[in-house]
Amino acid sequence: MSVLVTNVSRRDVIKALGLGTGFVLSASVVPRGLRALVWGNSAGPLSPSVYLAIAEDGTVSVYVHRAEMGQGSRTGLTQIVADELEADWDRLQVVPAYGDKKFGSQNTDGSTSIREFYDAFRLAGATARTMLEQAAAAHWDVDPSRVEARNHRVHNLASGEALDYRDFVAAAALLEVPDPTSVALKSRAQHRYIGKPVRNIYGEDFVTGRAVFGQDVRREGMVYAVAARPPVVGGRLKDYDREAAMAVTGVLDVVELPVYEWPMRYQPLGGVAVVATNTWSAIQGRDALNATFESGPNGDYDTTEYEASLWQAIEAGGTVTYDRGDVPAALASAAKRIRADYFVPHQHHIPMEPPAATAEWNGEDLKIWTSCQDPQTVQTTVAPYFGKQPEDIYVEVTLLGGAFGRKSKPDFAVEAALLARHMGKPVKMVWTREDDVRHGYYHTISAQRVEVGLDASGKVQAWDHRSAYPSLMEVYSGQKTDAATDFEVVPVMEQPLAIPALRLWSGEAKAHIRVGWLRSVTSIQHGFAVGSMVDEIAAATGRRPDVVWNDLFGSVLTGTALDDPERPEPRPRAADRLRAVFGRVVEMSGYGRTLAPGTGIGLAAFTSFGSFTAAALEVTVSPAGDVHVPRAWTAIDCGFAVNPDRVAAQMEGAVVFGLSIALHGELTTRNGAVVQDNFGNYPVCRIGEAPQVEVALLENEHPLGGAGEPGVPPVAAALCNGIFAAVGKRIRRLPIRNQLKS
Amino acid sequence: MPSYPLTVNGERREVEAPPEMPLLWVLRDVLGLTGTKYGCGKSLCGACTVHVDGTAVRSCVTPVSLVADKEITTIEGLAPAELTTLQQAWIAENVSQCGYCQSGQIMTAAALLAENPDPGDEEIDQAMFLNICRCGTYQRIRKAIHRAAREG
Repeated sequence: MSVLVTNVSRRDVIKALGLGTGFVLSASVVPRGLRALVWGNSAGPLSPSVYLAIAEDGTVSVYVHRAEMGQGSRTGLTQIVADELEADWDRLQVVPAYGDKKFGSQNTDGSTSIREFYDAFRLAGATARTMLEQAAAAHWDVDPSRVEARNHRVHNLASGEALDYRDFVAAAALLEVPDPTSVALKSRAQHRYIGKPVRNIYGEDFVTGRAVFGQDVRREGMVYAVAARPPVVGGRLKDYDREAAMAVTGVLDVVELPVYEWPMRYQPLGGVAVVATNTWSAIQGRDALNATFESGPNGDYDTTEYEASLWQAIEAGGTVTYDRGDVPAALASAAKRIRADYFVPHQHHIPMEPPAATAEWNGEDLKIWTSCQDPQTVQTTVAPYFGKQPEDIYVEVTLLGGAFGRKSKPDFAVEAALLARHMGKPVKMVWTREDDVRHGYYHTISAQRVEVGLDASGKVQAWDHRSAYPSLMEVYSGQKTDAATDFEVVPVMEQPLAIPALRLWSGEAKAHIRVGWLRSVTSIQHGFAVGSMVDEIAAATGRRPDVVWNDLFGSVLTGTALDDPERPEPRPRAADRLRAVFGRVVEMSGYGRTLAPGTGIGLAAFTSFGSFTAAALEVTVSPAGDVHVPRAWTAIDCGFAVNPDRVAAQMEGAVVFGLSIALHGELTTRNGAVVQDNFGNYPVCRIGEAPQVEVALLENEHPLGGAGEPGVPPVAAALCNGIFAAVGKRIRRLPIRNQLKS
Repeated sequence: MPSYPLTVNGERREVEAPPEMPLLWVLRDVLGLTGTKYGCGKSLCGACTVHVDGTAVRSCVTPVSLVADKEITTIEGLAPAELTTLQQAWIAENVSQCGYCQSGQIMTAAALLAENPDPGDEEIDQAMFLNICRCGTYQRIRKAIHRAAREG
């Protein structure tokens, strides 16, 4: 992709950014073709993605347009621009960009923040540095080659004099942007922020309680709202006791939320809100409402029964989404065939911070402060309710207390806006934990059937992979889909495994609940099935799993999605890269050493989001069937890490996240309503279950890959493979829970 | 509505609230101290942990009427001037990811270290059991507590 840098200060847009005078550059990513990435959501080919402003006093403001939810995006992006700019880290200020198309895609998901904007941020920083040097050269009347910018000063190499950037801001603002080919980018060896474990810019705020999350926003005169929503998606409010709620101390009003129109997209679910002087009174008021609801069309949704329908869809096959070689023939002539069914239930994000949004309406202007993953989605979703253009709604992104994909869906922001308008006061819409668990956009529920055919030497000749799960596209289209959307289907076909005949099916499955993306999306279940099946092949052929994996890594033949010319990077050396991360965890874990009885090491590898990851988990299973993971080793090849500490942290966290899914994660429904409601019945891993994780980062010259999600897919398979190695029991259904208990 | 005298971070405050209103919401909504977080409302996650007379307490299930005339310390009051050794260790070890659970983690850890200045891993896991971190920063939490124990 290429980057276009513009001198905004020449176009007098500075005032809109709130600076007096100064030097402002913007940089736009120009994607190849019509869209940047399968995961990307570019606002348009020439929308700038970064604004870099240097004020008269030399303070550098970096407008970072991505949400911060723990992945370190804002620290990483700042490192990139600061390095090329040769800025003093202490004279930088990171400004979270409010929602505006001029900042380009602010949609923070798909593990894209660093890899999609690396070039733009680099060039913006380097261009600004070059222009400051040009201004300095003009000031000293020397050739530009005789000046050098270092740490917020430009040095006159001839005379030895040095002046601060502030002395050249006004002059630089008047210059034309130099041709990118004349802007020198630093080499990796010259980088002093990029590639270094720079401390999180919010670190001190977190440990002092100063950090402001969506739940923490406070506005003058603000009131608080909590809502009772239909327990079943598609349900409607029937009855409620307004008087009883109004009688509760602190309650100010009871307001019905609008009935949505199908398809749901990000509309609020409906129901009735209680507005009060504080959150507690609002919660008490809601309890007093005794709201009742009609179930609507999804009132029969029972996940246990639904699973049966998924297996029917598996039997029926569905749509073939990928087909190379002749799978039926290869299976028919196979010396050995292995078939296994895998099941993963609905999962919930359950971020530590439940959703919240604060809105203020003065009769004309609407402002929203919220922990959302994309402020532009908030603008476009809220606008129609106010008869406004999206760009007329001011949206500020606070820090997010975790998101994992849930906070891309701003139904909670719409609720806040509507109540602010009704009340004529600022309103904070607070979702309780129960609201968060009951009214999510859940990871799908999936059934998979994998059948492989092996030749006489145990080599895989055929791989037939059936998947059936309701698609996350259904909230947009309102229609049952074949789950054949590109990014949902791609994970299995993308794996660089040398399988001559590969066929993928997508079974029919309708959604009866809101399905959304959750950290690594369909790679959760596909990583589980692929990683488990390779291990099952090893067991069936009496070979060690690491031998079978290494045999399997091979060049991948391109298929539908991979032939897409709009995908920005081809996938050279994919097999080598997956083999390399796999080899690292084999080595780190001391795989093959003798272990105590009841202990085993499980291995798995997967490629996703442009990166290559592998995991080795040391698993012990007690005689009573309790699973414990004392140690884990993971490796990631994401090209290289702008902040190696943040990437390592993501990999450590991904192990815990993956273990939570595999050990505990299960969201179920009965009569259409979600059964779970808090950490008591939707548990996640606690500190005692967290292994000591060692992370290896593999670096090379390949294009950057993502870091937030890729660590998750191999974990469940590695765990279950470790269980098999420990006690010879094969787990094919998640969560593990009591399956091993005698 | 009754009125309760509270001492929060060394300051005397007079708060009007229903007797059963949890301290968490008094702190966040009435006093504007949002460093203490809401995560579950049922003492399951530890995000709301504060100190009451030096003991780690889950403020989401502690009625305000029970803490009148007691010394309440929140994350904001842990280090009124300089950061404590524990907070410095937390920064040095780059513990936080999203940061939301970290106030509660630190308050629980501070109470642990006050009682047990050099805890082992098992003691840490037991003391910190209630505090959930969805981002999975657990191993760095252990490391930061060990570091604070060494440097404190």
